[in-house]
Amino acid sequence: MMLEIAGLDLAYGDAQALDQVSLGVPERSIVAIVGANGAGKTSLIRTIAGIHKPRAGTISFRGQDITGLPCHRVCDLGIGQVAEGRQIFPTMSVQENLEMGAMLPRARAQAKAAMAQIFAMFPRLAERRVQAAGTLSGGEQQMLAIGRCLMGQPELIMFDEPSLGLSPALVQEVFNAIRKLHDSGLTIILVEQNVALSLAIADKGYVLENGRIVMSGSGRELLGDDRVRQAYLGL
Amino acid sequence: MTGPRLGLWCDGVPRRALVLCGILLAVLLAAPLALNSYLLSVLILVLYFAYTGQAWNVMMGFAGQLSLGHSLYIGLGAYTAAALFMHFGINPWVGSLAAMVVAAAFGAAVGYLAFRFGIGGVYFALLTIAFAEFTRIGFDHFPWVGGAGGLFLKVVGKGRFDLLHLRGSAVMFYYLLLALTVAAFLLCHRLMRSKIGYYWLAIREDQDAAQALGIHTFRYKMYAVLLSSAMTALGGVFYAFYYNNLFPEQIFSMERSVEIVLGPIIGGLGTLFGPLLGAFVLTVLAEGLRDLLSALGLALPGATQVFYGVCLLAVIVFLPDGIWPGLRRLLGLDRAAGPGPKREG
Repeated sequence: MMLEIAGLDLAYGDAQALDQVSLGVPERSIVAIVGANGAGKTSLIRTIAGIHKPRAGTISFRGQDITGLPCHRVCDLGIGQVAEGRQIFPTMSVQENLEMGAMLPRARAQAKAAMAQIFAMFPRLAERRVQAAGTLSGGEQQMLAIGRCLMGQPELIMFDEPSLGLSPALVQEVFNAIRKLHDSGLTIILVEQNVALSLAIADKGYVLENGRIVMSGSGRELLGDDRVRQAYLGL
Repeated sequence: MTGPRLGLWCDGVPRRALVLCGILLAVLLAAPLALNSYLLSVLILVLYFAYTGQAWNVMMGFAGQLSLGHSLYIGLGAYTAAALFMHFGINPWVGSLAAMVVAAAFGAAVGYLAFRFGIGGVYFALLTIAFAEFTRIGFDHFPWVGGAGGLFLKVVGKGRFDLLHLRGSAVMFYYLLLALTVAAFLLCHRLMRSKIGYYWLAIREDQDAAQALGIHTFRYKMYAVLLSSAMTALGGVFYAFYYNNLFPEQIFSMERSVEIVLGPIIGGLGTLFGPLLGAFVLTVLAEGLRDLLSALGLALPGATQVFYGVCLLAVIVFLPDGIWPGLRRLLGLDRAAGPGPKREG
């Protein structure tokens, strides 16, 4: 297992956000975490990233205990995230946004090569390299957020709702990009409300409900499961 | 004109901007020759607000941390250097080092409390006010520095020019403050283009995203607070030795903090020229208003404050980015005419 989580508990004051969450992410896999709004998906990602400190439980990355490590240390291990709502720096140019992604020691040396790769992958970004990021379209901003994360040379990328607020065509484009990243050898955690699409590309899926994992299985199994179909796919 | 050493400072700055900066500096250098003592005192006030505004701007304009209690650092700086001088005869320059350390230590306390426990935005601002206020009350009851009765420095030889002991004429203080302002300007100019400047910008624009990229946001926010408080303390030292009297009620007051904040907001937050321009516009207009009112025989206490309020409203409504970004466009100093990011200067 690349990432292993056992018995993770997180609370905001009295509100329990994660309750005994355990899951494993194998190397080079796509793991989807699905669930309704408020199920704890974003809390889970933010806890892995070191933004929230769990009350109990452990997170280990390649055998190393990373529970409670500060954010920048987690990043430096090669765990990147593409946060919800894109979170680009609006007044910085596209190129500056990308450069910001390569500030970590592990990434600085390869920054030039990485940028060339990202521009090859998302030619629209290359065209707009000097433009302020705030003036990009929603889809372009999502590409920029992904590119910026890649600049940090991650080995595991956590996507939080990458399809949020995008048109169906752009959603497809984003998912194609995710699949391409996976093919290039990256491990991916995908948190999504778009259950059908994310389970379709996932090796493994977990269903979160009220902070608890209520179901898990391969992407295909879950897609075929009656309860999932009923609760999340409206079938 | 860009030799190898100048290149470090001028790299990427349009030639036109350099020329205009040179002219501005020349005018400021020559000003004492042409101005009477009243106008010189107004110009000193302008530079004082420009300098402290620049220092405040490091925290708010660059790193996005709103402090409404910068009078804390002014007061601490002023009292530290003045008390060391009075009680132990410690040279004010040495004293200003101590002043910066003391102010930075208080800044560190405020910053640590806020950033460690995730207090941001308005709540951070409230915390800065609280610190300034209880320090004010503390100094009211601190007999070593005169308590509420104030601390007074001996006024000796107005005509002297004793830079070493900071005793001398207004002209000397003017040049000293000009040097401070220029130094702060150059420092900020460098910082804006450095790694730390970009980190600050990232934190200001989207702290979560900055954190997600592995920026140690706690550390860089602390750097901003430390630098800003230490710089502000130097302004306080100047204040102490220029005015020669210190009262907790005045120097730590909320009003002082707000005066510092107004210049950069009106001039343009997060820009280099904003604090300068804002200080100039506000001070000159406020003084002009005062003269006008007294010429008309009207005594309206609080008129200046009302005027500040009107200025602030006008800027918020008509020029939400402040005066400088618009003026920069007028002067043709925007680097790229296209839709590129407009942030520099």
